[in-house]
Amino acid sequence: MADKVLMKGNEAIAEAAIMAGCRHFFGYPITPQTEISAYMAKRMPKIGGTFLQAESELAAINMVYGAAAAGARTMTSSSSPGIALKSEGLSFLAACDLPSVIVNIQRGGPGLGGIRPSQSDYFHATRSTGHGDFHMIVLAPNTVQEMFDLTLEAFDLADKYRMPAMILGDGMLGQVMEPVDISRGNNIKTYVKDWALTGTKGLRKRNVVNSLYLSAEELELLNFQRFDKYKEVEKIARTEDYLLEDAEVVVVAYGICARIAKNAIDTARKNGIKAGLIRPVTLWPYPKHQLKAAAEKAKAFVVVEMSMGQMIEDVELSIRCSRPVLLCNRTGGMVPTREAVLESIEKAALLKGEQNADSI
Amino acid sequence: MQIVFEKPKALSDTPTHYCPGCTHGIIHRLVAEVLDELDITGETIGIAPVGCAVIHFNYFECDVAQAAHGRAPAVATGLKRVNPDNIVFSYQGDGDLAAIGTNETIHAAARGENITVIFVNNAIYGMTGGQMAPTTLPGQITQTSPYGRDTKTAGFPLRMCELLATLDGTAYAERVAVDSVKNVLKAKKAIKKAFQYQIDGKGFSIVEILSSCPTNWGLEPVKALEWLRQNMIPYYPLGVFKDKEVSR
Ligand SMILES: Cc1ncc(C[n+]2csc(CCOP(=O)(O)OP(=O)(O)O)c2C)c(N)n1
Ligand code: SF4
Repeated sequence: MADKVLMKGNEAIAEAAIMAGCRHFFGYPITPQTEISAYMAKRMPKIGGTFLQAESELAAINMVYGAAAAGARTMTSSSSPGIALKSEGLSFLAACDLPSVIVNIQRGGPGLGGIRPSQSDYFHATRSTGHGDFHMIVLAPNTVQEMFDLTLEAFDLADKYRMPAMILGDGMLGQVMEPVDISRGNNIKTYVKDWALTGTKGLRKRNVVNSLYLSAEELELLNFQRFDKYKEVEKIARTEDYLLEDAEVVVVAYGICARIAKNAIDTARKNGIKAGLIRPVTLWPYPKHQLKAAAEKAKAFVVVEMSMGQMIEDVELSIRCSRPVLLCNRTGGMVPTREAVLESIEKAALLKGEQNADSI
Repeated sequence: MQIVFEKPKALSDTPTHYCPGCTHGIIHRLVAEVLDELDITGETIGIAPVGCAVIHFNYFECDVAQAAHGRAPAVATGLKRVNPDNIVFSYQGDGDLAAIGTNETIHAAARGENITVIFVNNAIYGMTGGQMAPTTLPGQITQTSPYGRDTKTAGFPLRMCELLATLDGTAYAERVAVDSVKNVLKAKKAIKKAFQYQIDGKGFSIVEILSSCPTNWGLEPVKALEWLRQNMIPYYPLGVFKDKEVSR
């Protein structure tokens, strides 16, 4: 029997983390994700866990680094400007192969920006997460149920591949309330962490968590090895498709934008346009093979996102610019309307596979 | 044959990379002797800073996390909160602790985080080749204060023990020096007390150790210790600035 609970997106993330065994949460207040901290502050003391409001996002992510080094399941959450400060720690977490979960409930930027929903940290999450050669897993939920499910999955993937994993949401998903089936949270896999810092107890050689390698040869080799691991991780790339089978116009959208796009696709179908949706669930690894396959049948693509056009680059790269790709976007905290997406689909339907959308 | 002197068990056989005459080595030995005497090496987790001690994990026989520049107290917090039974200590230079990591230092102390901080104050950035540190003395010449630290433009040094002593979360703060045999013995006592306070769950303990950097001070090792005695100790008075047991 399914236990359905009515929850805000942010609360679903927090509850999933707790059910996944996270007992150490380090945060710093920022809108629109503060509910996660508030939830943790309430629950953690009751279950023998730690909620700590750090002095900054820098401190919070480095506390995560310490807790992850100790072998615990640990999480921090923030929104765009705060995530920027976490970049230093993200690089260190990746460099030391430390499993950890980071939540970014994005808001409009740049600078202090605004507090309305946005997807303008796509580049940060998938490309410029921090200094150096590394990746983190990036999962993009589009319902409150997925905020829950993907958080469970993030903890599992982080442990399995020994790397940081991010939940990339937006202010709207964080705030919206929907019923959630939490039963999946009762079935959690755990991993042995013999590399963790728990004290030698005089029984083993010391464990060291470190990212300094003064020998360039050694560091290059380590980076090669980590990228070999990433090749494995790339196999988890996945999408949710909607009416894709015969689609001539393929809409690509993640998160809340995918829900708006679905709506527009239904109307387009009624109007006789064969439109379909690819919703990347993993943003890193990006589902490039799925997009490439879709390009074989599709005539044109429409990318819907709440940024000046960031994911569109991955779409163009995935299909090697073999089809025109239109951008339907809003930014600064504005959300694209169903009508705007429909208009883009109609425009794309007229392109008939021409190479360059700019000439239209 | 009777053994009259030996290496502490908490130190590995790896020769250290420190410059000849540098007192980082003495401080390592003191920490290791304390770990031996309290028999806590197997429970201990050290945090290596960014600074000359960045690879101290090659020397201490305990588990070690290397931390980003200045973030050692935050990393220590994460480790300690997960396993409160572990003994967690950070080992940090003055640039690490009192410039880039001042925030982490002050807030770990304010929270009364039950950790021990070994603070090596050598009034200079050693690892990067001798730039001005937050603890560089007024008038002191460094690579980035070539005419001497001008307090009109570069401001004044931080006295961290005095500052941290004002915080309720600080259980123990003492400043020592390693310029003479007498002071080295005192330094060891302070380090031992700081670890004992953590074992007893008393809260944040810090030992600031005035240390020499002959290489970047441009002085021979013995002259460097004289310089420390004549210039640093007057500006950074030795002594206990906070002891929860005594003030209550
Ligand atoms: C974020 C960052 N900024 C700067 C540096 C360069 N850096 C390395 S060590 C160091 C200063 C170390 O000085 P101190 O903490 O006094 O320790 P010492 O080397 O004197 O023991 C600096 C600035 C760095 N590694 N990371
Ligand atoms: S640079 Fe200075 S502090 Fe660093 S090892 Fe050499 S003498 Fe010691």
